[in-house]
Amino acid sequence: MTARSVVLRVFSAAVTLVFVLVFNFFLFRAVGDPKNDLARNPHLSLAGQQAVIHERGLDQSLWVQFYKYVTQTLRGDLGTSYANGQSVLSVLEHALPNTLILVGIGTVLASMIGPWMGMVAGWHRGKARDHALTQGSVVLYSMPEFWLGMLLIGLFAVAWPILPTGLQGTPGSTAVGWDHLWDVAKHATLPIVTVTLSLLAQYAVNMRAAVIDVLHEDYVLTARAIGLSPVQVRRRHVVPNALLPVVTVIGLQFGLVLGGVITIEAVFSWPGLGLLTLNAIDSKDFPVLQGLFLLTSAMVIVFNLLTDLLYSKLDPRIGE
Amino acid sequence: MPPAHTGGAAPGGTAFDGTVPGGAASGSREADAAARLARGVRPTDAHLAAAAAITQQERSGRLARIAYTARRIVATPQGALGVVILLIFVVLAVFGHWIAPQDPNAPTSFSADILTGPSGAHWLGTDENGRDVMSELILGAQTSMLIGFVAAMVSSVIGTAVGIVAGFSGGWVDRGLTLLDDWFLVLPLVPVTVLAASLLGSKATNLPLGQTMVLIIVIGAFGWAGTSRIVRAEVMSLKSRGFVERSRALGASHWRIMTRDILPNVMPLVLANAVIYVSLAILTESTLSFLGLGDPNRFSWGQMLEHAQSAGAMAAGNFAYYLPPGICITLAVLGFSLLGHSIEPLFDPRLKERR
Repeated sequence: MTARSVVLRVFSAAVTLVFVLVFNFFLFRAVGDPKNDLARNPHLSLAGQQAVIHERGLDQSLWVQFYKYVTQTLRGDLGTSYANGQSVLSVLEHALPNTLILVGIGTVLASMIGPWMGMVAGWHRGKARDHALTQGSVVLYSMPEFWLGMLLIGLFAVAWPILPTGLQGTPGSTAVGWDHLWDVAKHATLPIVTVTLSLLAQYAVNMRAAVIDVLHEDYVLTARAIGLSPVQVRRRHVVPNALLPVVTVIGLQFGLVLGGVITIEAVFSWPGLGLLTLNAIDSKDFPVLQGLFLLTSAMVIVFNLLTDLLYSKLDPRIGE
Repeated sequence: MPPAHTGGAAPGGTAFDGTVPGGAASGSREADAAARLARGVRPTDAHLAAAAAITQQERSGRLARIAYTARRIVATPQGALGVVILLIFVVLAVFGHWIAPQDPNAPTSFSADILTGPSGAHWLGTDENGRDVMSELILGAQTSMLIGFVAAMVSSVIGTAVGIVAGFSGGWVDRGLTLLDDWFLVLPLVPVTVLAASLLGSKATNLPLGQTMVLIIVIGAFGWAGTSRIVRAEVMSLKSRGFVERSRALGASHWRIMTRDILPNVMPLVLANAVIYVSLAILTESTLSFLGLGDPNRFSWGQMLEHAQSAGAMAAGNFAYYLPPGICITLAVLGFSLLGHSIEPLFDPRLKERR
């Protein structure tokens, strides 16, 4: 992969980001005058409203507003939350790490278990194991993530109460150090399991298809013909090649992962972006919702770019 | 050629591989007529009779083809399951008001027996307002089907139009539309629909159907990019086929070629894709309703789950309240994606899975 194509890809990701900014600006203005909206903010006095109107250029032409919006956004000024008067950026900064914990651990677990399931199913295509795994994946895939979370709460926090549910720690707990970490880990278990389950079906289905494709390749036939054992064929020739398209799926599905995590956090009251979304919807806190949209879109764009670059690194055939 | 393409053996032939009658021929026959008119030859009665006969023949061919396709869908267990699930939910959606034991909106439905378990009077118990859960569940089918079907239709119309124009025009128009497509594909569906639905929510009272219409608009408006990409690819390959070039040579306008030659040939692909999108639309509707963006005047499965959650149905072990809505969403999503996936190989083995 040449430096030129890397630069091109980074450039096109940057252009996409600009589109998201433009989109965000006009979506907000398409539904009404933002000036009227300011009046709904209980934390803003009349003088304060005038100050914001002046600062954001809301009394000037659309182009001035757009220019101010872009420069302010690039400086990290995403406006003020209606709900508590804090800056949107600090609200997002506070919530993001908690979401990344769920997304990160969930994705890692799912990308270990899912492809393994898919490999077993694809390798034993048409056998009972394949049917069970594939049909299970398809059903799991159709479940709304939040309901899956509710099921797990019903099972492991109520019917057979072995795990706590809701929040990130026991309310009022003063534990520090390892005790605190243990408390948080227990609270994080069910949300993480939910994220993992909601993702692995997709990975399994994709891996199965990839394995079945690879099994038809000449190099697999050759590997068998020169007398490699099935385990060797699988480890050295089938899995590495079948994993390639699955890597792309994992990367490109990031937007859906974020969407799923939002509802899962809402079920578990996990204090990340999802709970923030839920509260912002309840209080019609548009600046926060806009900030959430910008942040998640930017994350998707960056993640897609990384996947793209990683993929062409992993697969020399896709150099350009 | 992959085995799934044996769809070409359907009675009456398929319009989709461009080598047999149907869509392919219709374009050139009309073009023939146009050419005859251009030469100053008036169509005689014999001509008209022949044309009527062909139309008749084509119509019965089309019916036979639809019947044949339907039989092939039902022949696979996945397709049959999808059809059965779909039929059940459509019946519930249409006749729900008569089937439901209670009208949950009627003031008399509210009672003091809140969050009770299943009983003879209330098969699935009661909600936090003492209303019959079973009735709400049945009425929820209507919301899911309405939003699912209409949003998928909106998304398919936009996606098909963009895909055909991009694929057919080529050049700068194509590049511009493809870029737009790439951008829309990036927007994460839940955050963008959440933002758009809450912004539009303030306008809901001015719209017919209120917040339900808002959900239809946002789910329809942000899901078309996948469709347009697939349609564009198909149009690119159709463009080089003989029948399009024939129409072009005979002087047919771009509009005519796009609507008469290309559109009928991409329709099956669009249809399979739309059915799959219904499942995604149902899932998104339930997510938005669960997050509190649903229509307060209707019952929806996602909204029931939100109410169950905030009323503490899980902590109370009230299974009958929070299990059935989730099962219904799962079945509906499963049914439509099974059906869509069993339609698509009949028409296009290359069509990639989405979602």
